[in-house]
Amino acid sequence: MEGTALRRRLIWRLATLVDAIHETRDVRSLVFEVGDWSGHLPGQHVDVRLTAEDGYQAQRSYSIASAPADMSLQLTVESLRDGEVSPYLVDELSPGDQLELRGPVGGYFVWDGRSPSPLLLVAGGSGVVPLMSMLRHRAVSGRRVPARLLYSSHGPDDIIYRDELERMAAADPDLKVLHVLTRRQPPGWTGYARRIDGAMLAEVAWPPESEAEIFVCGPTALVEVVASGLRDLGHAPERIRTERFGPTGR
Amino acid sequence: MDADELRLDGNAAAGLLRELFVHEMTVSVGTCANCRAATKVGALHVYRNAPGLVMRCPVCGAVMLRVVHGGDRYWVETVGLRLLEIPETPPPSSP
Amino acid sequence: MSAGFVSRGFRGRRDPSVPSDRVPPGQYVVSDFPVLSAGPTPRTPLSKWSFTIRGEVERPVSWTWEEFRGLPAETVTADIHCVTKWSKLDTEWRGVSLDTLLDEVETEAEYALAFCDGGYTTNLPLEDLVDGRAWIAFEYDGAPLEPEHGGPARLLVPHVYFWKSAKWVRGLHLMQEDEPGFWESVGYHMYGDPWREQRYAGD
Repeated sequence: MEGTALRRRLIWRLATLVDAIHETRDVRSLVFEVGDWSGHLPGQHVDVRLTAEDGYQAQRSYSIASAPADMSLQLTVESLRDGEVSPYLVDELSPGDQLELRGPVGGYFVWDGRSPSPLLLVAGGSGVVPLMSMLRHRAVSGRRVPARLLYSSHGPDDIIYRDELERMAAADPDLKVLHVLTRRQPPGWTGYARRIDGAMLAEVAWPPESEAEIFVCGPTALVEVVASGLRDLGHAPERIRTERFGPTGR
Repeated sequence: MDADELRLDGNAAAGLLRELFVHEMTVSVGTCANCRAATKVGALHVYRNAPGLVMRCPVCGAVMLRVVHGGDRYWVETVGLRLLEIPETPPPSSP
Repeated sequence: MSAGFVSRGFRGRRDPSVPSDRVPPGQYVVSDFPVLSAGPTPRTPLSKWSFTIRGEVERPVSWTWEEFRGLPAETVTADIHCVTKWSKLDTEWRGVSLDTLLDEVETEAEYALAFCDGGYTTNLPLEDLVDGRAWIAFEYDGAPLEPEHGGPARLLVPHVYFWKSAKWVRGLHLMQEDEPGFWESVGYHMYGDPWREQRYAGD
């Protein structure tokens, strides 16, 4: 099979920003044209590299938000207060500017829709980004296995992709989106208003017999609680895939 | 800040490993030389906020793989990795 | 590789207002204190802590935490340089000089391997640990050293790259021959002089 023999070297390539979409106050989706892009699988990420005039470089990883079928590559970036790279990407980078990126990488934290198992996604903050790639792929590929997204944000204004998630869920009886608002709730809110814990997971997750594929992404503390909570409920560790974001300002 | 927050999942090493190996390494299975536990590389404990990349066994904590990229060379130490099983992976494409 | 590509408008988190004679080649100055780690943070209770000098010595010597804190300590102000390119100027520590500790030991060894909770090690020539150039530090910036920065005590040797200032230090193993420690055995320089930019083996 020619395809597998021709492995492309992973190289830094130039991407051009064509659009920046305001998601929340601190979060932008950046839309790039990347010449010769080889495609990606939902859940993969790219490494981004910035170079200053004196040669100083900084490098970070960002999850791909777009579905593989999308024409352009979309990254969703949260500007971190003491960040070095994210404030540049969110506040400085403008349409027409270029940056260097490398990828896609990551084969472990990937859902390609081929498994018939239900899909459980748990996100904290900007951890929703790779999971959104999975949901977008699921929506266009016709592989609509039962899916649930448990998504924790500080408040309603912090929910990334809020309208799109609402539309997706409204159009698809097999998709349930459950928001967790840990600090600020709108008046009349009847949803979860506390940090994700074992009891919440017991209510939201399918039983272990379902053999659900589980992806958890977000800050370390949330990922720890959710992964161990799901193991305690009996889900097999091999079915729980985690992607920790590490401390802020990395 | 808790320094244990610096521990990432194996997927965080995907880019660097892809510079060294032809195949996507995070789906490979590594056997720990210390305790013999077999774990997907994507599930190893990664410390990369350091002068190099360190991957540790999630069961016993032993160092399984270290990579330093210095100037124009890589140093790769695999003493803690008893065995590596690497599935052939096709390049990603729109499925 | 896109050689020569520059990101328009990117400067990074550096402080350009620093006199260059204080910054070794290839370094940039930061005002925060980055935390780097090769493993989980050890948490040894003080009741179990000890510092030991052993190996090529007449007799090994050991101090408990109380004994260690009973030794004369000094305040040290130093610039520190991490091989990952950040430098931090005028950092303040309190610690016991290695001269005080090594005075208790008879040895003809020329090298030391510092060993630590969590398994980290690093090697240095013994002459770089004496004559007021090295300490076991237990306070940083006026407060007890935090675990993420190496507390309860770390080695402090500011004149070489900071990977040699081993966190969670528990002792020195003295030796006749130089032996590479954790980072030295996977490509880093055996000595590590920031002013000669000795980052990697062969530099």
